[in-house]
Formats: sequence, structure tokens, C-alpha cells
Amino acid sequence: MATGIKINIKSKVFQTNNRKLQSHSAISKLKFDVSKGEFCSIIGPSGCGKTTLLNLISGLDKNLNGEIIFDQEKKVKDIRIAYMFQNPRLLPWLTVLENVEVVLSKEQRDSGRATEILSIMGLKKFLGYYPGQLSGGMQRRVALARSYSSQPELFLLDEPFVSLDDEMANKLRDMLISLWTNEPTTIIFVTHDLREAIYLADRIIFLSSAPSRVLLDKKINFKRPRKLDDEKIEAFRKNIISKNKKILEGVNTNV
Amino acid sequence: MLTKKYLSSVKGFSFIFLFILWELLSNFSNPTTFPSLLVIVKTLYSEILDGELIFHLGITLYRVFVSFFIAMILGTFIGMLMGNYKKFDTFFDGWNILFLNIPALVLIILSYIWFGLTEVAAIIAVSLNKIPNVIVTIREGAKSIDKSLLQVAFVYKVSKIKKFFIFYIPQLFPYIIAAARGGIALIWKIVLVVELLGRSNGVGFKIHEFFQFFDIKSILAYTIAFVIVMIGLELLCFKPLDNYSRRWRT
Repeated sequence: MATGIKINIKSKVFQTNNRKLQSHSAISKLKFDVSKGEFCSIIGPSGCGKTTLLNLISGLDKNLNGEIIFDQEKKVKDIRIAYMFQNPRLLPWLTVLENVEVVLSKEQRDSGRATEILSIMGLKKFLGYYPGQLSGGMQRRVALARSYSSQPELFLLDEPFVSLDDEMANKLRDMLISLWTNEPTTIIFVTHDLREAIYLADRIIFLSSAPSRVLLDKKINFKRPRKLDDEKIEAFRKNIISKNKKILEGVNTNV
Repeated sequence: MLTKKYLSSVKGFSFIFLFILWELLSNFSNPTTFPSLLVIVKTLYSEILDGELIFHLGITLYRVFVSFFIAMILGTFIGMLMGNYKKFDTFFDGWNILFLNIPALVLIILSYIWFGLTEVAAIIAVSLNKIPNVIVTIREGAKSIDKSLLQVAFVYKVSKIKKFFIFYIPQLFPYIIAAARGGIALIWKIVLVVELLGRSNGVGFKIHEFFQFFDIKSILAYTIAFVIVMIGLELLCFKPLDNYSRRWRT
């Protein structure tokens, strides 16, 4: 089901359509692998090209110098990918249930998967509602349900819980973990919140500021289920920061 | 307070006022050129009874619909292309401005000269008059499409047909409705002119005929019948469609 992924991006440059033809180098010599079923978190300062990276992986942006390959030499078009964006990106003219079903195959629809996962997310009563009638947190839950219902071989998340209050964000994090535990898949989770990354992931990759490359690749071996307020998480966080003070700003002071 | 009830009673009163005004004016002027509303309604009634009005109304409505659908389909298609592809837009923009500014009458006469005094020429003339307007509206819509939703369709590998009808068209729908509403209002007026100039049936032709005989009451009877049909269409067709397309808005 899940797929591993090998990322080797030599460079990714944006041409700004200026008279001077300025260009912005977003990624340079970025290389890492994510293994099958791994929960990998990517951390980097804002504007470092995290979203660009996800767009490249998902095939939304095809213009790169380098390659992204999945297990069995597959390309992005052969892989079932789910992508949870910063905004829920639901279709306002479809109901909650329809919003989930619209991305499913016929077999998935017939299996009643959409209703099942929406119920797990506590949205059973809201199947017939339109997104405009839901709160922000509920819209994110629908987006998460949509992503997971599609049985992705690779699941990309781009700061999906940003701008939610803590309680709602925690609830969604736990939902994500429980979905992932029941049906393991490969996850690439972009965030700028280190505590969130430590709480969720098996591994954190720290990116530099643009043009981004890997600064630090850190495994997290805490047993699951974890607790967000666990001292170990805080200690781990402090440890990373004390060793490498500016790592969250995308600068390596530890060379 | 301006309650709904109050406002609708104002509306009702304004119609009664118009009616009284009309009757007063007709009383003080020549009854053949300015007939009383009662006479007009009587004429309308007898025209309906002998089937003449229904026949011509039917013919005119048929022309309205055919040219409406042709204009909407072609206009929407071209408008989407122009809204989505910059090159296409740049190339055809000048043409469109040109067509927008050619008087309806010129297109009608040219069409009759080039294609003969035929049904096809009539339909072409009406459609050509409307297509540029449809293009302008749909192009605006196509330019304001939210691409982030189309990205969702792309990532989840939704089929092309589904992407078009579920992710794309609903975003365009308000613009399509606006184009259709404006379209039908313009088209039925042009159809009458087309009929007057080169057809031997339809409401426009009949009005022309009544004009020859100075039969004002029949002209107004036909006008009223047609206006009622068009208002009915707006209320029974476009309003519900519009409401349906907005059902998800809160």
C-alpha cells in the first residue's frame, strides 16, 4: 500500500517575470529518502521552499532539475497521493459527504468508506451540510477525512493545523495519528512547529532557508502513543535547539 | 420600517397607478392610437381564442430559444477558451470588441443579404448579436476561477470529465446564469426586429403587419402577451435555477 520515496532535487528555480528576468532559487541539492510507512516531518523557516517541495512531490509543479522516484521506479502519476493543504480547499457547492466522495474511486465509494471515516472524525451528523455551514476546525476534519478516505500510498500535509486553536489542533493531530496507526501509509508532514513535529513524527528533516537543503536529519524513537505535554518531547526539543541555536531559522551554526 | 409586506404593497400600488395613468391618458387622446387597457385585453382575449397569437408567439419563442442556445453554447465555449488561454484572448479580443460595437441592425441586414431571407439567416443574425456579450461575461468568470480547487482535482487524479463538471463549471455557474439572463432579454428584442425585416411569421412580423393597418390595440395585445411570457420564463426558469446554484451559500 504505502510507498517509499527517493527525492533528489538538484535545483528548483523560479523565474520571476520581471524585465530584469530575476530568478529565485528555491531548492538546491536537496536529497533525502523516506521509507515506506514512515511518518516524516519537514521543518524549515517560512519561505524556505517547503510548499514548493510538496508541490514537486505531488506533481503539481513538474518543472524541476532532478528526480523524485517512488518504490518500483514508479512516477507520480502511478501513485495514489493525498495532499492536505494549508486551507481545507473544500468545494463549497458539495456537501461534506460529497466532498469526500468526489475524490474516491467507484469501489471506494461503494464500500461506504467516506461515511465511515467521517463518522470516526465525529462528523456523522454533518454529512449533508455544506462547508460554509461548518467551523474552521470541522472543515479541516473534512479535508483530513477526504485525504485519508482516498487510501493514499503517500500522504502530504502542508501545515494543516495552522491557525486553529490549540485544543482543536491537538484533536486533529490525534485523529491523524489514529488513522495512520490503523492504516499505515507514508506521510510527509510540513510544519514550522518543532513540538508538533516531535509529537507526531518518526523522523524530522530540518531544511535550510532558501535555497533549501537538508540541515539535519533526526530520528525520533519515542514509543507511541505519545503525549504532547510529555517532558521527553520538551527535553528533545531543547536538546536540538541548544546544539544548533538557529536551526529553526534555517541556518546551520553547528558546522 | 420598510418591511417586506410594505414594499410589496408599494409595488402593487405602483402597478395600479400605472394602470390609472394609462386609462386617463387614453381617455383624453384618440382611442385608436391610445386604446384603453380594457380594449387591449379584449383584443388579446380574442386573438388567443382564434389561435393566431399562439401560433406566432410559438414561432417567435422557437427562434428565441434556438438562437439563445446557439449563442450560449458558442459564447461559453469561446469565453472559456479566452479566459483560460492568454494567447487566444489576445488574438480574439479585438474581434470581440468589433462585434460588440456593430449595431444589431447591420448584422441582421448583412445576414439576410448573405444567407438569403431564410430561417437560418434569421437565427445566425440573432446569435451573432448575442455571442460577444456572452463571451465577455464568461471570460470574466473563467479568469476568476480558483485554481487551488483544480489542484485538488489534479492531486487526487480525478477524471477529466469530473474535474470539468464538478470542479470547474460550478465556479463558472453564476457567470453563465448572468449571461443567460441578460441574453434572453436581449435576444427576444432582436428576434422581433429580425422577424419584422425578413420573416413572414412570428410576433415581429405581426407587429409589422398591424403597423401597416395602424392597428395599435393589436400591437399592444401582442406586446403584453409576449412580455408576460418572458417574465414567466424569468420567474419559472431563471430564478429557480439561480436559487439552486446558490443553495450552498449561507
